[in-house]
Amino acid sequence: MSELWLLRHRQIPGLNQLSNYLQHGGFESWKKAVTKLTPEDLVNEVKNSGLRGRGGAGFPTGAKWSFLPNTIWPHYVVANADESEPGTFKDREILEFNPYQFLEGLMLASYAVRAHTAYVYLRGELWHIAHKLDERIAELTSSGYLGDNLFGKDYSLRIHTHLGAGAYICGEETALLESMEGRLGQPRLRPPFPAVSGLFGYPTVINNVETLTNLPLIIDKGAAYFRAQGTEKSPGTKIFSLSGRVKKPGNYELPLGTTFRELIYQHGEGIINDAQIKAIMPAGASSSLIPATEVALDTPMDYESVGALGCALGSASVIILDETVNASTVVSDTIHFFKHESCGKCTPCREGTFWMARVIDRIEAGKAKEEDIDLLASIASQMQNKCLCALGEFSTVSVISAIKNYRADFAARLEK
Amino acid sequence: MNQLLKKFPQEIKKILAKYPPDQKRASVMPLLHLAQQDRGYISRETMAEIAEIAEVEVTEVASVVGFYTLFHTEPGGKIRIQVCTDIACALRGSREYLDGLCAELDIKPGGTTPDGLVTVEEVKCLAACDRAPMFQSQMGDELEYHEHQTVARTMDWLRSMMASLRLPESDEPLSLEPEGGDHE
Ligand SMILES: Cc1cc2nc3c(=O)[nH]c(=O)nc-3n(C[C@H](O)[C@H](O)[C@H](O)COP(=O)(O)O)c2cc1C
Ligand code: SF4
Ligand code: FES
Repeated sequence: MSELWLLRHRQIPGLNQLSNYLQHGGFESWKKAVTKLTPEDLVNEVKNSGLRGRGGAGFPTGAKWSFLPNTIWPHYVVANADESEPGTFKDREILEFNPYQFLEGLMLASYAVRAHTAYVYLRGELWHIAHKLDERIAELTSSGYLGDNLFGKDYSLRIHTHLGAGAYICGEETALLESMEGRLGQPRLRPPFPAVSGLFGYPTVINNVETLTNLPLIIDKGAAYFRAQGTEKSPGTKIFSLSGRVKKPGNYELPLGTTFRELIYQHGEGIINDAQIKAIMPAGASSSLIPATEVALDTPMDYESVGALGCALGSASVIILDETVNASTVVSDTIHFFKHESCGKCTPCREGTFWMARVIDRIEAGKAKEEDIDLLASIASQMQNKCLCALGEFSTVSVISAIKNYRADFAARLEK
Repeated sequence: MNQLLKKFPQEIKKILAKYPPDQKRASVMPLLHLAQQDRGYISRETMAEIAEIAEVEVTEVASVVGFYTLFHTEPGGKIRIQVCTDIACALRGSREYLDGLCAELDIKPGGTTPDGLVTVEEVKCLAACDRAPMFQSQMGDELEYHEHQTVARTMDWLRSMMASLRLPESDEPLSLEPEGGDHE
């Protein structure tokens, strides 16, 4: 097995105890940063590493940090631990088993943008993990890794947790900020962007848990070391959450650019009952249904190559469908998910998901006619490019791709 | 008198200290969590108390409660069982599991057993998709994940929970026998 960077706890047991984490080089990067490096050094190293955000959009992390204006203070950093995309369960594993590496990453990001307060926004269901994090933060404060005048330097940092309460939309960064401010989790109009006017109206960086967990390694070993894995444009490793009709679902940390075939057949040990694979959903419920052709299976899982298949890599939650699964049922699940999670702020998404649900229910109940399939596709395509945030768009991609590639599955459900 | 403040002065102080002094509104959700952990749901009076502490209108607190699915305005069963039936779990048999469990308890999804002990709810992805069928149990302030479930396994667990949960007015362990009748 190659060296794991993010799921290191699988190779080093007990890494979620501070003493063990310290024994394995824990907080060395943090100490080095605060005592020897400037925030600019950090930003440059992370820019050179080519690290891209793991929360979905793949945006370059170093560049994101450099957008914060040095004329408006204070700055904030918020770790996005909302992890609610169906099929995604990677951040939870990090938070539970490798939490100090995540916290060290969050601390490094805070230092890089000179923030003195950072928050961890966790989905409400991770209540027990938030409590544990509070204890760990207190432990770090009493051990001198957090607090005032760190390592005798003129830098102070505090971290607080903040719990959501069951709303997928709060993973979207501006809805997350609204939620933190005690409001309904509804996305904000942009501009202004959070980098300029974010939490409490101040410049804010929002990064995903997995993104942050990469940082200690980059600062410790340098950008070149990080670039030794992955591809030129998508360097590093990525945690792929594999689920659905595979024999061995789970999180697999692999270099970006590993093929779907390797993930599914080598790590996931193939399809349940050795059935025929049908489709791949690489980004959870927000995915297209990509027919699992030989070409698709041999596609490297990096942001560009998966994008070329007509689907974003997103958070890399790879859901596998096999021949026993009807695409119409899957689409019914995704539509109902997005209808439930639409925040209701804009009409195309609120109404569109409502009508898509009506039509797919009719189809699934065996009460639809051929033209209902076209109606469903047309509602979805009319929604595209009209919604205020990406959720509305996400709700359409599985619908359109499934009807295009698996129309027969819908036809099989029609009124006889 | 603000009952919440009276009962949890230290906790509330800690919550408020997390945010800048002019951003008390940010404490609304943490205060709601605190109140719900205490009583299992959030009453109108509690909302008013939270509004007072966070310096917002009570209608604003109410709309936050309405928006987020984890906040409850009514007491549920002593044990809430939240089964994920979202896409990845559905591909691994979670619907059949839910139906089986509900049949065993003689309730419908969303319903509570007549003795008021167990509520079974259907929920969206809980980030445990590789261990389906799975549910999350909520009992007072305890939240726990239960993975790789079968109806038999869940019923065994429920019976053992029942044995430890006793009604205040009796020393008898509670039975899990459905009492019949239509109860949604
Ligand atoms: C509907 C929706 C849900 C999202 N959910 C999450 C999430 O659960 N976790 C996350 O890190 N990012 C999520 N994102 C992406 C965030 O908006 C944001 O891009 C990300 O947290 C930035 O971090 P990164 O640059 O480190 O990837 C979501 C976006 C949308 C539109
Ligand atoms: S697209 Fe949907 S989730 Fe996004 S703002 Fe509009 S209604 Fe809300
Ligand atoms: S789909 Fe059920 S836990 Fe993710």
